[in-house]
Amino acid sequence: MADPSRVVLEIRNLTLRFPTYGGAVHAVNGASIRVDAGERVGIVGESGSAKSVTSLMAMRLLPEGRFEVAGGSVALCGRDILAASEKEMVNIRGRDVAMIFQEPLTALNPTRRIGRQMLEVIRLHRGLSGRAARDLAIRLLGDMRIADPEQVFGRYPFELSGGMRQRVLIGLAFSCEPKLIVADEATTALDVTVQRQVLHLLRAKANSLGTAILFITHDLAVASQFCDRLYVMYAGAVVEEGPTAEVLGAPAHPYTQALLDALPERAAPGERLRSIAGSVPDLTAELSGCAFAPRCAQASAVCERRPALIPTGSDGHRAACWLAAKAVQ
Amino acid sequence: MTHSPLLVLDGVSVRFPVGMDWLGRPIAHVHALNGVDIAVEAGEVLGVVGESGCGKSTLANVLTRLVKPTAGSLAWTVGARQRLQIVFQDPQSSLDPRLPVWRIITEPVFLREHRTVADLKRLAGDLAEQVGLRREQIGRYPHEFSGGQRQRIAIARALSAQPDVIVLDEPTSALDVSVQAQILNLLADLRRARGLTYILISHNISVVRHFCDRIAVMYLGQIVELGPAADVLARPAHPYTRLLLDAVPEIGRSLDAGLAIADTELPSNRRLPAGCFFRDRCPFVVDGCERPQSLAPFAGLTADNHLARCHRAADLVEDIV
Repeated sequence: MADPSRVVLEIRNLTLRFPTYGGAVHAVNGASIRVDAGERVGIVGESGSAKSVTSLMAMRLLPEGRFEVAGGSVALCGRDILAASEKEMVNIRGRDVAMIFQEPLTALNPTRRIGRQMLEVIRLHRGLSGRAARDLAIRLLGDMRIADPEQVFGRYPFELSGGMRQRVLIGLAFSCEPKLIVADEATTALDVTVQRQVLHLLRAKANSLGTAILFITHDLAVASQFCDRLYVMYAGAVVEEGPTAEVLGAPAHPYTQALLDALPERAAPGERLRSIAGSVPDLTAELSGCAFAPRCAQASAVCERRPALIPTGSDGHRAACWLAAKAVQ
Repeated sequence: MTHSPLLVLDGVSVRFPVGMDWLGRPIAHVHALNGVDIAVEAGEVLGVVGESGCGKSTLANVLTRLVKPTAGSLAWTVGARQRLQIVFQDPQSSLDPRLPVWRIITEPVFLREHRTVADLKRLAGDLAEQVGLRREQIGRYPHEFSGGQRQRIAIARALSAQPDVIVLDEPTSALDVSVQAQILNLLADLRRARGLTYILISHNISVVRHFCDRIAVMYLGQIVELGPAADVLARPAHPYTRLLLDAVPEIGRSLDAGLAIADTELPSNRRLPAGCFFRDRCPFVVDGCERPQSLAPFAGLTADNHLARCHRAADLVEDIV
């Protein structure tokens, strides 16, 4: 187990429901995620796996009253996020944990200049004003290798390219030197060349400040290049976790294996691609047993009971599959 | 592969006016396409790759005749039925939410000819089965389907017009990987069964590598490299193709591998650069790059239909091998 003083984010056994007229949606079913100081941790999974919902809980950004915590805990730098008041949360957001969203155009206010939006955050969380705040904002833009920061400072979001806007947001996320940055599909909307640039900048800045990054993506290749450790989520639960090279190089869960097999680069040109049969489970019903079993080629009677995360033998690599347990014995 | 062109684009340019003066005359133009020459061969899958703003989507619009070229021409060869359909990226917004699926699927037929409702429903049912939906589902509405199923509906709609060519504009980029695999398999099956020609517009290189016979790489409204998929991807001759391929994330490859990234932004397409369009971002720039480049074969090529718009293509392709 990791040194508790180095743990930045600890989500333990989180179970979350969204009440709807048609009954509660069991969105998160006992997910545990840990991020240590300075670490880059990825959460991968397909739509509906609850990877975004889980990470939004790190900042408690879900609309109050619309969700119901049925169990588990979320601790950020040792502080219980679920019990914190809204006033405390306002201080925590931005200062201890910052967020980078997928679509930079909707994350920025279109009617205000870049500079004004940056100064607002810096004034609120850093207590700087006037010249000092402006200097910091310009330095942050410069750190993001924006060619002419003084000029960009006075522009509106629509005047910048997608890559520039995302760099502005990353600069802004670092403005309070948070312990953790949650990046939810932060590079998905960008072109590959710009994505690479942004990943380089994000990594360099995080390394220099010792910031941990929780990186949510559906792109296994990006996760493989950027993250130290990975969590693979399916139907609201973690099905596999471990060092990136282990999880993607020697997947222990059939779902991870199936995801990798479905990638076009795994098949010869023109060959049939291997897709995953069936569809994601209906989360309005409580899941019993392994959620992936109905789609799994290797399912057996034992899969009616839900497996816990079982160590596969190599360091920190665990999978929620009975097969992994059998392999160890 | 056959070498009979079905559709020939000759010097196609498109520019859009931006901003008007007090007499309503445009003060500037966005140059979306700047001389695209390509012959689409019958039965092939042609991949078009490039970054946002390179003119991929304008090209799709020219092909579907939603946009008229400002210069150049688009010509079908004699005998081709001239039917071209398109499958859009986002199946959420490309299907009318107020129409039942059978109406959506048969819309192209409905617009061209008079048919009875029973006839249209029968046709919709047949097509639905061909794309992997159930016949009894055609009375439902689009919101009752998942993203992958909606994309199947969009494909069925394209098929109903009995096209020769289908333009696939980022058909899988809104889908999860496992669903993407299903849709690509379906498209491959349909192509085989119906002898279709596809033009696949995508930014996803691994999809293009898997699916296409030929690849056209676009930059700033021009084709900078064109050739058989295997040659272009394994032995890229244009520096831009190399930059693009190096930026593609791959499992197990370090973020630092490949050509160093240029920090420069994509040049504006309002005022086109003189000479080679890629000159400002190119790490291999030398004397001679200030002259306009033409798309031409080069020394050292392995396939005779591999063309690059770079006078150093022969050196660069050498450099990789």
